[in-house]
Amino acid sequence: MAEHTVKSFDAELELLGRHISEMGGIAEKMLADAMDALANMNAELAQQVIAVDPRLDALQRTVEEETVSIIARRQPVAVDLREIVGALRISSDLERVGDLAKNIAKRTVKIAGEGRVPRAIGGLRGMHDLAVVQLNDVLDAYAQRDAERAKTVWVRDAELDALEDAVFRELLTYMMEDPRNITFCTHLLFCSKNLERVGDHTTNIAETVYYIVGGRPLPTDRPRGGATAAA
Amino acid sequence: MNEAFHNESRPNAEALGDASGFFPALPEKMSVRNLDFFYGDHRALKSVSVPLFDRKVTAFIGPSGCGKSTLLRVLNRMYDLYPGQRAVGNVLLDGENVLDPKLDVNALRARVGMVFQKPTPFPMTIYENIAFGVRLYEKLGKADMDERVEKALRGAAIWDEVKDKLNASGLSLSGGQQQRLCIARTVAIQPEVILFDEPCSALDPISTAKIEELFDELRSEYTIAIVTHNMQQAVRVSQYTAFMYLGEMVEFGETDQIFQTPREIRTQDYITGRFG
Amino acid sequence: MSLASIRKARSAIAMGACIGSAVLGIAALALILGALLWNGFSSLNLDVFAKMTPPPGASGGLLNAIVGSLIMTIMGVAIGAPLGLLAGTYMAEYGRYSKLTTLVRFINDILLSAPSIVIGLFVYEITVLQMGHFSAYAGALALALLVVPVVVRTTEDMLNLVPGGLREAAIAMGLPRSLIIRHIAYKAARAGLITGLLLAVARVSGETAPLLFTALNNQFFSTNLNAPMASLPVVIFQFAMSPYKDWQSLAWAGALLITTAVLVLSIGARILGAQKTFK
Repeated sequence: MAEHTVKSFDAELELLGRHISEMGGIAEKMLADAMDALANMNAELAQQVIAVDPRLDALQRTVEEETVSIIARRQPVAVDLREIVGALRISSDLERVGDLAKNIAKRTVKIAGEGRVPRAIGGLRGMHDLAVVQLNDVLDAYAQRDAERAKTVWVRDAELDALEDAVFRELLTYMMEDPRNITFCTHLLFCSKNLERVGDHTTNIAETVYYIVGGRPLPTDRPRGGATAAA
Repeated sequence: MNEAFHNESRPNAEALGDASGFFPALPEKMSVRNLDFFYGDHRALKSVSVPLFDRKVTAFIGPSGCGKSTLLRVLNRMYDLYPGQRAVGNVLLDGENVLDPKLDVNALRARVGMVFQKPTPFPMTIYENIAFGVRLYEKLGKADMDERVEKALRGAAIWDEVKDKLNASGLSLSGGQQQRLCIARTVAIQPEVILFDEPCSALDPISTAKIEELFDELRSEYTIAIVTHNMQQAVRVSQYTAFMYLGEMVEFGETDQIFQTPREIRTQDYITGRFG
Repeated sequence: MSLASIRKARSAIAMGACIGSAVLGIAALALILGALLWNGFSSLNLDVFAKMTPPPGASGGLLNAIVGSLIMTIMGVAIGAPLGLLAGTYMAEYGRYSKLTTLVRFINDILLSAPSIVIGLFVYEITVLQMGHFSAYAGALALALLVVPVVVRTTEDMLNLVPGGLREAAIAMGLPRSLIIRHIAYKAARAGLITGLLLAVARVSGETAPLLFTALNNQFFSTNLNAPMASLPVVIFQFAMSPYKDWQSLAWAGALLITTAVLVLSIGARILGAQKTFK
């Protein structure tokens, strides 16, 4: 896209974009570390994840201030306005992703001593891997302003929902097998819910990217979880 | 930008391409169709088509020299005053061709009023500024004329400021008041369409706000066209926006659509400040 | 020497030259005025306004000349001003872009700078010779011919100064041209138009040459327009040239009267011109 006549406006938008990608990077890293900590019952790594979260929060506040300031000073319209509103929305979604990763890490700290049914972690690993791919894809789509790619991410969220269903049934089985697993598996259930929520925020970001590029929202009726994965 | 995306999300793209078939539900007070305009040999408007919907505000935006003021001056035949200027095409007012050489231009101008960039009160009293034009079209008694003057001044939101000095010179008012006096003068002869040529560019922000506030009221009675360089103003006062560039009508549509999701790259580049 | 000091020196020289010239001009004017006031006031008395021009050696005044000047000036302006006003209006309003206007403006400029004696000769040719005698009519006509170009010029200029926006605004209301000119353009240019008129009056009231060939002179009080008529400038011309002391002093008195009248008119024009005419 052509440059603005006012060059400093471009610089501000670029800085905003950089802050968003930085947030994306941190959120991805937090999610991966949280999963590793959970899988290996590594409380120390989990503590590190928790310690990173304030940085993400701080970045989100920075993005908020920047967007308010740009709106006040530049009165952006059309693609610029969408860009800025989009940045605001994406930053809050990424901040939530960070919170969810932190949540998983907190539960890891709690259950690190128990390690009752290691095979129960397998299903979560699958959800995590998909969530990370989705997050990665949607951040790429944002970086390239690629509406098609964003839409693909948006559609594929159904797979994550389906996985969550499977994990839910699996954990239920373990709990019925042996009531002593209930505490441990309940924590894992919350973790799976957290991963599913990560997917939802990823979808939100995909919707935002789609809106930024074309100015039109994605249709409201997205293929929902539990259904067979749509292409 | 992504082409695939565009094709998919614009199911009505074809239907929106032609200015005349835009929003068939709305009555067109004026319609410009395939209008060309020449200053001598220079072609200032190139096959421009645009509707002015009844009782709506239509804003014309575009860089200097894009032809938006020229277009406005065709709508009430102001260009007639100057030799070497001519218009080719159709400009309809309630279906009647405004460009018809046999048309009574004074009658046309009484129906299509105009407010200019610089406030131009006549060198007479505030009262006379309003009454002067009215007398030409109607024979009113003193009481009726007083009433008409008051109504016009109220309509332009200036009554309270001048009611105690109706016999003062129109030139004694401030710039913003003068401009509202000019609007009152135009309103007083009860036109059907009012053209505004950058009415606020010489005014301070408060006066500008007062005039913008007026638009919402005027819109209930008049069809309005406004040329403005202030895009925020276009957003605030208009329901439809036309973007012109180098004598062409690049895009016409609902103001919200133009400023949120312009269809044309040139429109987007202009409104986001990327021209150059 | 540095550049700056050279520049300063140059500036000082230029400034000195300017001031010197100004002082010289003003001094000359002051001398003229001084002589006029001195000689004029010493010859001024009630008789000047009450009695006719006398034969040499007798006492008398300038009454017939003053009245003659007034009559012919008023007539000249009454004929010339409307003509000039209408022509100027055509040029500024209706025919602003026509070739005729360019032509008229060119001719008018020539007329404006034409020596007044030429105008006098012309009127002599077409009236005095045809009628067989000098007359106030011919004098008034000659003065009218001098008034026209001045008024045409000021009218056109003043109307052109009326902002185009004002005119456009009126036209955009559908007002007819004649109404706009009468009620808006003339009103906006009023002070300028009156200034032009006063300047024209001032110009013709001091003219001698055209009257010499047309109204000639008259030693007696006469209001017969079809006969020769006295006028101040011609009387001054004759009396000043004469060898008689009392005629010469009357000439001074007349000169003072004309100068005062012209001065008053000019100042009046200035005051009007300085008023804010339009915005």
